[in-house]
Amino acid sequence: MIKLEKRRQPSQAWSYATPVLAVLATMFFGGLLFAFLGESPFAAIKTIFWDPLFSEFSFYYRPQLMVKAAPLVLIAVGLSLGFKAGIWNIGAEGQYILGAICGAAVGLALYPLDAWYVFPLMVIAGALGGMLWALIPALLKVRFGTNEILVSLMLVYVAEQLLASMALGPLRNPEGYGFPGSRNLDEYPSATSWILEDAGIHWGTVAALLAVVFAFVLLTRHMTGFHIRLTGDAPRAARFAGVNPGRLTVFSLGLSGLFAGLAGLFEVAGPAGQITIDFNSGYGFTAIIVAFLGRLNPIGILLAGFLLALTYIGGEIAQNQLGLPAAAIQVFQGMLLFFLLAFDLLTNYRIRLTLRETA
Amino acid sequence: MDFSSFNAALLIASLMVAATPVLLAAIGELVVERAGVLNLGVEGMMITGAICGFAVAVNTGSPMLGFVGAAAGSLVLSLLFALLTQLALANQVASGLSLTLFGLGLSSLIGQSYGGQKPPRAYRLDIPGISDIPFFGRAFLQHDMMVYVSLALVAGVWALLKYTRAGLILRAVGENHDAAHALGYKVITIRILAIAFGGACAGLGGAYLSLVRVPQWTDGMTAGAGWIALAIVVFASWKPWRALIGAYLFGGITVLQLNFQAAGVAVPVQLLSMSPYVITILVLVVISARSSGAGAAPASLGRLFHAGR
Repeated sequence: MIKLEKRRQPSQAWSYATPVLAVLATMFFGGLLFAFLGESPFAAIKTIFWDPLFSEFSFYYRPQLMVKAAPLVLIAVGLSLGFKAGIWNIGAEGQYILGAICGAAVGLALYPLDAWYVFPLMVIAGALGGMLWALIPALLKVRFGTNEILVSLMLVYVAEQLLASMALGPLRNPEGYGFPGSRNLDEYPSATSWILEDAGIHWGTVAALLAVVFAFVLLTRHMTGFHIRLTGDAPRAARFAGVNPGRLTVFSLGLSGLFAGLAGLFEVAGPAGQITIDFNSGYGFTAIIVAFLGRLNPIGILLAGFLLALTYIGGEIAQNQLGLPAAAIQVFQGMLLFFLLAFDLLTNYRIRLTLRETA
Repeated sequence: MDFSSFNAALLIASLMVAATPVLLAAIGELVVERAGVLNLGVEGMMITGAICGFAVAVNTGSPMLGFVGAAAGSLVLSLLFALLTQLALANQVASGLSLTLFGLGLSSLIGQSYGGQKPPRAYRLDIPGISDIPFFGRAFLQHDMMVYVSLALVAGVWALLKYTRAGLILRAVGENHDAAHALGYKVITIRILAIAFGGACAGLGGAYLSLVRVPQWTDGMTAGAGWIALAIVVFASWKPWRALIGAYLFGGITVLQLNFQAAGVAVPVQLLSMSPYVITILVLVVISARSSGAGAAPASLGRLFHAGR
């Protein structure tokens, strides 16, 4: 009989090893999936993980990698703080949309004013938009005990409808011949988030790195970070130690909303360029995978963000060159989280073989 | 604005059709949660059921087989969740989310070649003489079989939980898994069975969307129905008949807003489209405020069970 024995403390070694194992297992089973779809598994895996970085066209793919990684890392860092404390914001996609709408609205309202403060104002508006959207589930939870998972998720669908009405209504390009979608911020230098477009670097990249440092300092050097970790590990002990769960809920949801809102704003003012009906592309959900794959650790999230960005870019290449369906990559990403959660067993438990079942 | 097209019997009939997918998924999840497991993968299981059912129905020409295939497909997917949470002892929230993300990808992968196709028509109830009773017949007695199956499921789950030994054990496992384990009940086995049942129900709900309600396959067609089913379980305070009320209320709102859209009410379409989600949130708030937290929830809901001490 196989018996599981709980470890006194999670194994440090396994907690580093499981993400690697999960990636390897995903590659293996992903390869099987690609083989089933009629592709050479080796070619597909190489296309996804190797070509964007080291092929002869990698000079073209590497900037794209930066563009994809920035929002994923920024959102995931915010989410991880809540996840650590058992507060589940899964509506980052909605907060991302609201950040983009609010930020773009400010930029579009000031168009064509040429001034240094246009972009900072947009950043503030985007951050506030995302934060306020996330504060709805936070305050409802604190005041009424409403489940934050369901509310934050419902608000994604509300945000998507809001996005559509904005793209068709107030934010529509007045010179767009009636087509949906806003004016393109690419043509408005004061409002662009690009720093080095050729290298794929915009202010979102900077913000993502700052967020990683911020979260690292918060978790290791600050009282709030300690409260977050304590609440996650031992909620009862945390309450006795004077942690205010309501304040922690508001803090972590608000902060993750703020980060997601910023990600949305930097995206709309840079890579996306404009508000469209289908502006959002699922970063808010993929960031959940990033957060877990990075073990809810800021540095880990940075690495995981790049890995998931790699699957996006590699997936696009595989789609163009091998004709691999886009959905296959989505399955691939889902698998990754599956294996990670399954292998985590090894972090928290020791597997023992015993002769007899002891009930 | 034109309200002359509003017909009460038709409204009730379409309300029942709109409510059935979420009702099926909700009654399945209700059983899962009464066993103490929170499966947030309902959305993923529903959409997998939607495409499995659609594919089977198109290929065999039988909607009945389609529903069977949908239930089987989602059941298999739910067993992945069971494997993660019951055997690998993973966090239930994270596992449920991964199930949803995985299911959304898987369904769109399977569904690539099914876009734009028409599924075979589901068999409709037609009792000569009775189904033609004015108003009553049109509203209640001309549906496809799954509407009645969903109602029977609600009654069945209610009876099971209230009157049978199996239901008592299931509730014991959900309320206090340590005590149930000490009494000799196989907590893990019972939970896996409950999860499988929830998966099959979610699959039926998804297939109802793709085979009857829409009827067509499009990517991401469940559009949050699985999450609304989860909300309905909370609304129902984990009681089967209240889940029926919740689902039908939701169905009513959906049908009303669609009819308002069709009638050209002077309200933006997007505002109407978001109304079911907004109202779901409002209802959740009212319910949570009244029951002062998780008073009605099974006591072991979402908690990890490990007997190896």
